[in-house]
Amino acid sequence: MTPLIYLPGRVRSAHAVRCSLLKSPLQHPFRSSYPLSLHKRWSTSLSQRPGSDRVRFPGAVNSKFTTEMAFINPMDKPGIPTYRVMDSDGVLIDKSRSELSVSNEEALAWYRNMLTVSIMDVIMFEAQRQGRLSFYMVSAGEEGISVGSAAALTPDDVVFAQYRETGVFQQRGFALKNFMSQLFANANDNGRGRNMPVHYGCEYPKTHTISSTLATQIPQASGAAYALKLQALQNPDTPPRIVACYFGEGAASEGDFHAGLNIAATRSCPVVFICRNNGYAISTPTLEQYRGDGIASRGVGYGIDTIRVDGNDIFAVYEAMKAARTLALSQGGKPVLIEAMSYRVSHHSTSDDSFAYRARVEVEDWKRRDNPIIRLRKWLENEGIWNEDMERQARESIRKEVLREFGEAERAKKPAIRFAFEDVYDEVTEEAREQMKELRRILEEYPEEYDLRSFEGGVKGLDS
Amino acid sequence: MVPIPRACRLVGLYGRRSYSTAPSPSTRLNLPIDYKSTPLLHHTPSSLANSLNLPPSSTSKSMNLYTAINAALRTALSKSDKVMLFGEDVAFGGVFRCSMDLQTEFGSERVFNTPLTEQGIIGFAIGAAAEGMKPVAEIQFADYVFPAFDQIVNEAAKFRYREGATGGNAGGLVIRMPCGAVGHGALYHSQSPEALFAHIPGLQVVIPRSPSQAKGLLLASIFESKNPVVFMEPKVLYRAAVEHVPSEYYTIPLNKAEVIKPGNDVTIISYGQPLYLCSAAIAAAEKNLGASVELIDLRTIYPWDRQTVLDSVNKTGRAIVVHESMVNFGVGAEVAATIQTGAFLRLEAPVQRVAGWSTHTGLTYEKLILPDVTRIYDAIKRTLEY
Repeated sequence: MTPLIYLPGRVRSAHAVRCSLLKSPLQHPFRSSYPLSLHKRWSTSLSQRPGSDRVRFPGAVNSKFTTEMAFINPMDKPGIPTYRVMDSDGVLIDKSRSELSVSNEEALAWYRNMLTVSIMDVIMFEAQRQGRLSFYMVSAGEEGISVGSAAALTPDDVVFAQYRETGVFQQRGFALKNFMSQLFANANDNGRGRNMPVHYGCEYPKTHTISSTLATQIPQASGAAYALKLQALQNPDTPPRIVACYFGEGAASEGDFHAGLNIAATRSCPVVFICRNNGYAISTPTLEQYRGDGIASRGVGYGIDTIRVDGNDIFAVYEAMKAARTLALSQGGKPVLIEAMSYRVSHHSTSDDSFAYRARVEVEDWKRRDNPIIRLRKWLENEGIWNEDMERQARESIRKEVLREFGEAERAKKPAIRFAFEDVYDEVTEEAREQMKELRRILEEYPEEYDLRSFEGGVKGLDS
Repeated sequence: MVPIPRACRLVGLYGRRSYSTAPSPSTRLNLPIDYKSTPLLHHTPSSLANSLNLPPSSTSKSMNLYTAINAALRTALSKSDKVMLFGEDVAFGGVFRCSMDLQTEFGSERVFNTPLTEQGIIGFAIGAAAEGMKPVAEIQFADYVFPAFDQIVNEAAKFRYREGATGGNAGGLVIRMPCGAVGHGALYHSQSPEALFAHIPGLQVVIPRSPSQAKGLLLASIFESKNPVVFMEPKVLYRAAVEHVPSEYYTIPLNKAEVIKPGNDVTIISYGQPLYLCSAAIAAAEKNLGASVELIDLRTIYPWDRQTVLDSVNKTGRAIVVHESMVNFGVGAEVAATIQTGAFLRLEAPVQRVAGWSTHTGLTYEKLILPDVTRIYDAIKRTLEY
């Protein structure tokens, strides 16, 4: 990771970013008191005044009596609407709205970031097919969600992701060299060669290393957001920070989704949950995943401010995320849920052939008709700041850059083998030291059985 | 009644003593533990200073286990504003009174109730630890930790390893949980799942035996350990075990077992509440059989102090492991296997495991299922006679 932070339209050092945030004249969001009305509402539950139209049952203090026995049928309610800013031709829909708060430079940077993810995806998917990589997951069709939402974050914000958020890493300044080092598990990999490909992680801007276990990051994000809130209360000089937490609609069926959103609401955590609803969890279509109105309808049930956006519209995603960030930092901190709708154009992963469970024509249709990259490209062309030539040049240079880093990462040595044992605990235990000694004995006694040439230092890599 | 020793085993031991002719215990073995007289507790401040290596100026107060935990938490919350305390029903003082008055003293931002969700509590705690806090999360009973098993095993334990060079970790995390039998806890208020956690690299598993141990080990877990700690509190001791506890901040190292009582003929390795049963069984065995028994408290179940145990068994040549949780794949299996490897040439008898039978803790059968003084006494006798 370079010390430079990639911000839309310009490059600034981490230090400069921190300083400018410190000087911000805005009052600290957590200085405001705990939402008083809420506290009052829930702190007492005296039973009933004579003649009252409601009982203050402690579990629901704002419920009126009714003599009409009516079950609430979710199908009677209209679906939660999907917020969009531009149509699939890249034209702003609401002519009366205020201007986009996005500069041309920013939009161009986002476009380039989406393009980079998409080009890298194609090359790495192919590399896996050639057996040069053990595994890969593309984010085709979802580049707009990750790039657009990450663009609304500050570098001090903390991110917990699932695995199909390569665009978040790209937008936050993760370099091609970092991607490739992780994918090839070489000595430059932040994860020290321990994780499967696509399990990226970055120290700053803090984007926690991805784990394969679905939804576990959701309650963690709530806890992390609560920690940021406490730290801001304890040290008013801390810049206001939120946590952004990404997951798919399939992961939202896990118990950890329920736990994470509920605890975020009850503890008033400044966290924005971003659900990528792409229609499929591997082979399972959403009809077999849930029967409610998507994921957004659940946010309301947890008492969380919620919005559904068009995930193929990067402006809609960006604007919603920006507003969500502000909302999350208001009233002493609160969680927000964004459900970003999209379509998983690609296979689930390199281990999946999605034509086994969905029609090729459906996929081709989505590819052709609507796509976040093409939509932004149309907008850029409408603005007269992009054209066919620039497109060709950009694609060519990105492709070259990816291939160069690909080659270097593939040739680089693997980490020293002591890293297999380190970082289990903060210090290598006496038991592990004995096992390292035993491994060395085996490696030295049967050298033909183990090829250590690709590891830094070979068998000496066991020395610390 | 008394088995006749096999001739080939008469080496040394029986040359010196005649256990085989020792009478059956004249007093009953399975009496309730008298915590007021057990040698395991510091009934006066004088013995405390020696065993904990405290400075001579230290003052102490008589406390039971829950007040000692409460005192440790109070000390921790005062010492660092990174310490947070939460779980189900923590705010009003906790169902076992361990967090009494702490919310009043330290505010509802740092001491609070969570919704009733174990996976949520631990996930939340991991996230807070990952951002540099020192969360002390409470699981109301160890029996209810299983919904959080994924978060503990796949997330907390592996956090530092997978983050690698980014330096991210959940090392500030401590998970407290009451464990063990209480006489009537049945299936879901009796369990001791320490062996399950001890199988997970990346976790430290700690079980104290007494109030003074609990305070020192808990403070070490919060402030000295840079790894996630599973801290299990034998709940039967919350009110029963009373002893002098130093008033000031002190810690007990997490990587050291303690030889509670020296001996020469057999080593007993245990931890938590069964140590009191061991102590009673040892008293009877030493009186009736003339044996000299060494008693070791593991204190930290994993990563554990293998050297102290091996040194002891290499001296005594005989070993018994005692724990409440069931015998199969329990902590005793690991300890026995380690002894077999590290003290093979010195062993004069098979390593015995006295532990819960391989069943569930059915309500009315508890006394028959869990190890008691009689079974430990019998194991000592049979080990010596082997």
